[in-house]
Amino acid sequence: MIHAEGVRKRFGTTEALRGVDLDVPRGSVCGLLGPNGAGKTTMVRVLTTLLRPDGGSARVAGCDVVRDAERLRYRIGLAGQHAALDELLTGRRNLELFGRLYHLPRRTARRRAEELLERFGLTQAANRPVRTYSGGMRRRLDLAASLIVSPPVLFMDEPTTGLDPRSRLALWDVLRRLVAEGTTLLLTTQYLDEADHLADRIAVMDAGRVVAAGSPSALKAKVGGDRVSVAFRDAADLAPGVEAVRGVLPGEPEIDAAERRLVVPVSDGAASLVRVAAALDAAGVGVEDLGLRRPTLDEVFLALTDAPAKEKEAA
Amino acid sequence: MITLEPPATRAQRLRWALSDTFVIAGRSYSQLRTQPGQIAAELVAPVIMTILFGYVFGSAISLPGGGDYRNYLMPGIFMQVMALSAVAAATSVAEDMARGIIDRFRAQPIARAAVLAGRSVADMSKDWLSLATMSVCGLLIAGWRPHSTPLETLAGFALLALFGYAMIWLGTYIGLFVKNGAQADAATFGWLFPMTFLANAFVPLEGLPGWLRAIADWNPMSAVVSAARELFGNPGSAAASWPLQHPVTASLCWSLLIIAVFAPLAVRRYRTAASR
Repeated sequence: MIHAEGVRKRFGTTEALRGVDLDVPRGSVCGLLGPNGAGKTTMVRVLTTLLRPDGGSARVAGCDVVRDAERLRYRIGLAGQHAALDELLTGRRNLELFGRLYHLPRRTARRRAEELLERFGLTQAANRPVRTYSGGMRRRLDLAASLIVSPPVLFMDEPTTGLDPRSRLALWDVLRRLVAEGTTLLLTTQYLDEADHLADRIAVMDAGRVVAAGSPSALKAKVGGDRVSVAFRDAADLAPGVEAVRGVLPGEPEIDAAERRLVVPVSDGAASLVRVAAALDAAGVGVEDLGLRRPTLDEVFLALTDAPAKEKEAA
Repeated sequence: MITLEPPATRAQRLRWALSDTFVIAGRSYSQLRTQPGQIAAELVAPVIMTILFGYVFGSAISLPGGGDYRNYLMPGIFMQVMALSAVAAATSVAEDMARGIIDRFRAQPIARAAVLAGRSVADMSKDWLSLATMSVCGLLIAGWRPHSTPLETLAGFALLALFGYAMIWLGTYIGLFVKNGAQADAATFGWLFPMTFLANAFVPLEGLPGWLRAIADWNPMSAVVSAARELFGNPGSAAASWPLQHPVTASLCWSLLIIAVFAPLAVRRYRTAASR
C-alpha cells in the first residue's frame, strides 16, 4: 500500500532523507521510529504530497506521490503533530469545511460531519469553538477530519505526543479499530511502547536512513535474543553460581560482582531457564532472583540509533 | 456517494476551483461571525481617521486652489484604508501558515490557488464594508459630498476596492515570508503607513522638494487618490506628472499590475512553502 524506494530530500545543506526504502502492506500498521531529527516527519510529508522528494520514488495507494499527487490526496488522511484545525470555528463547522474541500455536496458533508462527531464522542461539544477543546478532544477531531473520505491509508505524525495517558490509550483503541476495518496506517512516534503496541512492523530511522526494519519481536531478536539473569543472595554464592551456570549453558556469562548478578544470552529461552534453575538448585546456591528477560524496544532503539549508542558507550 | 477522483474535465476543474475558493471564503466569514468585536475594531479605525483628519487637519489646512479640505481629504482616507488592507491580509496568512491547518489544506485535493484566493475574496468583502461605513461617516459627520453622477461615484468606489484587492495580494505574498502575525504587521504596516503620507492623500504635492515630489507623483497611491477625487467630483490639486494627469487609467494599471505580479507569486510561494 505504501512503497518507497531511495527517497531523498535535502534542505539547504542538511540531508533530511538519504535514500529511504519503505514497504507497508495493505491493512498493516507500520511504526516509523526514531529520535528527533531522524527524518520521520519529512518522510511523512513526502508520502502525503506536502513535500516533493529530490530523488527516489514513492507510491501510496497505487498513486505516485509526485505525478499522481492530486488523485492521491483523495486516498489519504493525515493527522499531524499539531492539530490542524480552525480554532475559531466549532468542531462541526471544521468537519463540514474539510468535507466541502473534498468536493462533497453540502448535504453529504454535513451528514459525514455528524457521523464522525458521533463516532469520536464529540457530539456534545460539536457546537463549541475548537479553542475550548481539551488536548484529547482536539486530537480526536483532528483524526475525524482525516477520515472524512474514509481514506484507505492514514498517516499519523506523533499522534499521542502531549496527550495524558488516558487519552493516549483511547486514541490507540480508535486506531486499532480503524486498522481492524482495513485501514493501512503509518505512524511516527518517539514512544517505543506505542510502536510496540500498535505496529506490525517497525522501521527505525536515524539521520535520514532506515537503520533497521522488521516486526517488533524480530527487531528485539536482532539486538540479541533472550537472556537469563540470576541474582545471588550472598557474595559467596557468586563463584559457585557462575560455575553451575557455565556447566549447563554455552554462552559466556556477564558478571556484575557489585550487584551479585549474572546475565547470559541464550538461544532457547525457557528451556535454558529450567536447566539453570536445576543446576543452581543442585549446587545449593542461594538465589534471590532468577528470570528470563527479553530485550526491551528501548534497548533495540539505543543499540540501533547512533547518538544514544555513543552516550551508552561513554557511560 | 463520495467522489474519490480528481475532476475529469476542464469545466469541472474550474467549477471545483471556484467552489473551493468560496468554501475558504466562507470559512473566513464564519470566523468573523464568531468575533463580532473584531469586525467592530476593524471598522473603528477608518471612522476615527475620518473624524480625526477631517476635524483636526480640516480646521487648519486650506487648499491652494480653494475648495473644501474635507472633500479633498475623504478620497485620501478611503485610499489609506484600502492600502492598509495589506496588513490584515499578511497577518491572517502568516497566522494560518504558522498553524497546522495549512498542512491539512495542502494534503487535501484543493485547487492550488483556492486557499489564498478564498481569503482574498473574504478580505475584499471586509474592504467593501469599511468603504460603506466610512462613506456614511463622511456624509453624516465629516461633511463629505460627492459631486458627480451616481455611476461615477460608484466607479470611484470600484476603483478604490480594486486597489484594496491588489494590496490584499501584496500583503498575502509578504505574509507567506514571515513567521507570525506580529512579524507580518511589521513587514507591511511599517512601510505602507508612511507611504500613504508620501502621496497626495492628505496634502497637495506642490510644496514638496523635487526628489520627494517625484516619488509622490509616481506613488500608485497618489494615482488612486486622484482618480477617486476625479470620479467623486471632489477638489484635486495641480497634476504635473503623467500618472496624475491620467489618474483613472494610471490607478487601473497600477492595481492590475500589482495583482498580476503578486497573485501568481503568492500562489507559487504557497505551494512550496513548508509551514514548519
